[in-house]
Amino acid sequence: MIAPTTRPAGPAAGPEAPVSEPPRPILMKGNEAIAEAAIQAGCDAYFGYPITPQAELLEWMARRMPELGRVFVQAESELAAINMALGAAACGARVLVSSSSPGISLMAEGMSYMAGSELPVVLVNVMRGGPGLGSIGPSQSDYFQATKGHGHGDYRVPVLAPSSIVEAVALVADAFELAERYRTPTMILADGVMGQAMEPVIPSYRTPAHDASEWALSGADGRPPRVLRSLNLNPEDLEAHNQRLQAKYATIAEREVRWAEESLDDADIAVVAYGTAARVARTAIERARHDGLRAGLFRPITLWPFPSGALNAAAIRLRAIVVVELSAGQLVEDVRLAVGSTCPVYFHGRTGGMVPTPGEVVEVLRRVATATARNGAPA
Amino acid sequence: MTTAAPEARRLVYRRPSLLTEQSTHYCPGCGHGIIHRLVAELLDELQLGPRTIGVASVGCSVFAYDYLAVDFVESPHGRAPAVATGVRRMRPDAFVFTYQGDGDLAAIGTAEIVHAAARGERFSVIFVNNGIYGMTGGQMAPTTLLGQRTTSSPTGRDARTAGYPIPITEMLAIMTGVSYAARGSIADPAAIGKTKAMLKRAFEIQLAGGGLTLVEILSNCPVGWGMTPAESMDHVAHDVVETYPLGVIVDRLKAAAPAPAEIPTQTETPA
Repeated sequence: MIAPTTRPAGPAAGPEAPVSEPPRPILMKGNEAIAEAAIQAGCDAYFGYPITPQAELLEWMARRMPELGRVFVQAESELAAINMALGAAACGARVLVSSSSPGISLMAEGMSYMAGSELPVVLVNVMRGGPGLGSIGPSQSDYFQATKGHGHGDYRVPVLAPSSIVEAVALVADAFELAERYRTPTMILADGVMGQAMEPVIPSYRTPAHDASEWALSGADGRPPRVLRSLNLNPEDLEAHNQRLQAKYATIAEREVRWAEESLDDADIAVVAYGTAARVARTAIERARHDGLRAGLFRPITLWPFPSGALNAAAIRLRAIVVVELSAGQLVEDVRLAVGSTCPVYFHGRTGGMVPTPGEVVEVLRRVATATARNGAPA
Repeated sequence: MTTAAPEARRLVYRRPSLLTEQSTHYCPGCGHGIIHRLVAELLDELQLGPRTIGVASVGCSVFAYDYLAVDFVESPHGRAPAVATGVRRMRPDAFVFTYQGDGDLAAIGTAEIVHAAARGERFSVIFVNNGIYGMTGGQMAPTTLLGQRTTSSPTGRDARTAGYPIPITEMLAIMTGVSYAARGSIADPAAIGKTKAMLKRAFEIQLAGGGLTLVEILSNCPVGWGMTPAESMDHVAHDVVETYPLGVIVDRLKAAAPAPAEIPTQTETPA
């Protein structure tokens, strides 16, 4: 039996999804919720290697995938895991891989090859503190890696940044859809807090349609042989290939930008943050508003493509922007690029597995409010 | 003047249907052409073309997909056994092979081949050993013979600084997950015939549901070795085989196959 390369769209019918009554929330750890969401989205194959703080994702897949007759392999390294994913994706499989920061560095090679060969895969990075072996605490210090690069060569990868476990569950199906629609690796950028925390998750899932029959490898039976490759030694041909890739990225940038705005309509100061930093910011904004400070939240959901236009449009009405990150300042560079001189941009970040407290952020908001009022910035 | 009647003609040599008509990019006298032909002949003979997925690796043979008319996926350097694992797991009915050089398999890809062997992955590895990095200009490989001059061992490979040639096929052969490991050569027609028989055995074991099958093929690199094609073939036949002896190293699916005495073998075969 040759594995199918096509699948119709439809709601997933998992064992946890009751038929007759609305599904009840289940308390789930982020890593496990993401894994189950991938299964319910029709993930055919998972490849991984143990690393904290994402190991529960691999463990969940180790138990569930064989139950369903699907592929699970614990690889000898993240290098091998991403290349197993490359092979399975070449056969038209819907593939998930996951790791945490140091492992993602090892997967960078495969990401570049998959981008060059136009192979879809969804990759989850549950970020931890770096550089090097760093710590196992939560971090957002792989923003540059996720949005600007990872591997070598001119390529882009859509990056989705959930700020809750519930949102992560929804974004998994979206990530598979993006990956397959554009035949590109797609990343879900989570962090150690999101991987380890537990939240009530409503087991309501979506299985996107899937059809790789036009390009996937199945054996050249009744059709010409297919070759999936990234090598092209002829400069003219490789430039043409790059131009096609760039046109694809331009389409993604035009159509797939996502962000969320909270309490922004009357705000003087906006916090720009994603993921766990956005959750901290949300609490800080509530407290600041209680103290009479009109603050709001601009939360990028796609980190690439970055919602530059929307942010700049919002910035026109703002007195200042405060970027909050679990890093030494990475997202803040995209924010500055987006808003230019429209309004001043301040930064507050913690590193090494430390998470800023809402109190810290409120204090920053107060100082920025004072500074920008004294500078006579537009109210 | 007489001509033979057409029906009296006997076809003794033809291009295998799975070997494309494209001229290869290989240097004059290179062994890859012979090995490509053996693979194409066997895929034809076993009627595997429509269900074959090949994994191309990095090195001179990366363009194998231009010459063998089957589905192919290109792998990063050394990762072909991992890529083939993904292919195999998704396509249980396909015939899967990797085509790898010695730098690819025995240096940068050692982790991937060892663990594919440990898992007993059901695909066939065609491992072409010419003792040199040909594509990048003839540098020392892990398989380079002691004393051999290359562009990165200009005074000859010295064990004190560059270590010893790696007998990776023997290393892999001790693993239970390896159903078949053999070493052939393409130095002369008799050796080519034996190598073809080894490849056929490896392919048949895969089709019978065995674990990893691997055939190392001693090949040449006349340009990298600074020899004429004829000299390079003599070198394989008389010198290279001293370091890398020819023969079947293990055949775990062959009933009562005596294991070579000097190699410790495990007796279980993978399910």
